[in-house]
Amino acid sequence: MVKFIHRQQEWEVKAGMTIRDAILKLGLNPEAVLAVRDERLINDDTKIQEDDVIKLIDVVSGG
Amino acid sequence: MKCRKCGREAGFNMRRQKLALCAEHYLEWFPSQVERAIHKYKMFTPGDKVLVAVSGGKDSLALWDVLLDLGYHAEGLYIGLGIDGGFGYSRLSLEKIEGFMATRPGAVLHTVDIPQTYGESVPQVARRKHRGRGKPCAVCGLIKRYVMNRVASEGHFDVLATGHNLDDEVAVLFGNTLHWQIGYLARQAPVLEERDGLACKVKPLCRLYERETAAYAIVKGIDYIYEECPHAVGATTNRYKELLNQLELDSPGSKLQFYITFLKAKEEGLFQQAAEQVALHPCQNCGQPTTAPGICTFCRLW
Repeated sequence: MVKFIHRQQEWEVKAGMTIRDAILKLGLNPEAVLAVRDERLINDDTKIQEDDVIKLIDVVSGG
Repeated sequence: MKCRKCGREAGFNMRRQKLALCAEHYLEWFPSQVERAIHKYKMFTPGDKVLVAVSGGKDSLALWDVLLDLGYHAEGLYIGLGIDGGFGYSRLSLEKIEGFMATRPGAVLHTVDIPQTYGESVPQVARRKHRGRGKPCAVCGLIKRYVMNRVASEGHFDVLATGHNLDDEVAVLFGNTLHWQIGYLARQAPVLEERDGLACKVKPLCRLYERETAAYAIVKGIDYIYEECPHAVGATTNRYKELLNQLELDSPGSKLQFYITFLKAKEEGLFQQAAEQVALHPCQNCGQPTTAPGICTFCRLW
């Protein structure tokens, strides 16, 4: 399974799909978040692999 | 997905223009787009003195970073608003700016702390003045605009640069179109020229998506404040951004198209009738330009 973290929430998603599909499956908009793995930005066409931990960062921030 | 420039694994892809880039080439692409906007809209030249309004957020820090890298004379301005929101929002914002400055030796920051200078924080003033239906955003905007203009004019800066990105601009445009605020539409532009004591304002990130500035900050390793201003949560602008992102998801490039065609329509004179400028005169108390008779709205706050 792959772990997704967004704000205070965590989800587990099956490996194999793209980041973009996983984001959509979680009910989020891929336009509104960026995916980071091991502190590095990854493009949302990347296929998620078993044991990945993906952090989703909101693009809206600041004052 | 591969980087279009070098064929390595791409770190970021932009559907609006079918462009994917690796980290290294993204760090080249982003500043080139900022430079392009500066030239296209004739914002400023290398000899000009630029004051960058920095909040500790990704947009303003990314803008300052890029301007410094491009060799512009860019000094920062931080306005301490005294907003806590349960997690020390203003304190955290300043910490992020100080962290950024530690990586940029020689960078100059001007700081105006509102509670220290005027005796009250922005939320305190807002509560006392009963402006904005319980939200201090109207008072905050007024205070920030005033301080930015004052520091820009007293410091003899040629332009005041803000980190407004395309999503900010399009959300404002959407709101003004929804309510047919023709006067506001006539005044929305990448450059607001200097006049009667009002500093020239420029928005060099106005053609870059919010996710692109966030990506730049992450890839460049800029530590910015992720949290939004606690008073901005649920703001109308954010609702508009959500709607526009839904549109963007279905039809990549929609946001940019909306903005570009608006600017083109403006250029062709669509809002010319509404573009009449209200007369400004110096405030009797502080000397800053105002449309209000006698004393300006800022001086009336205190």
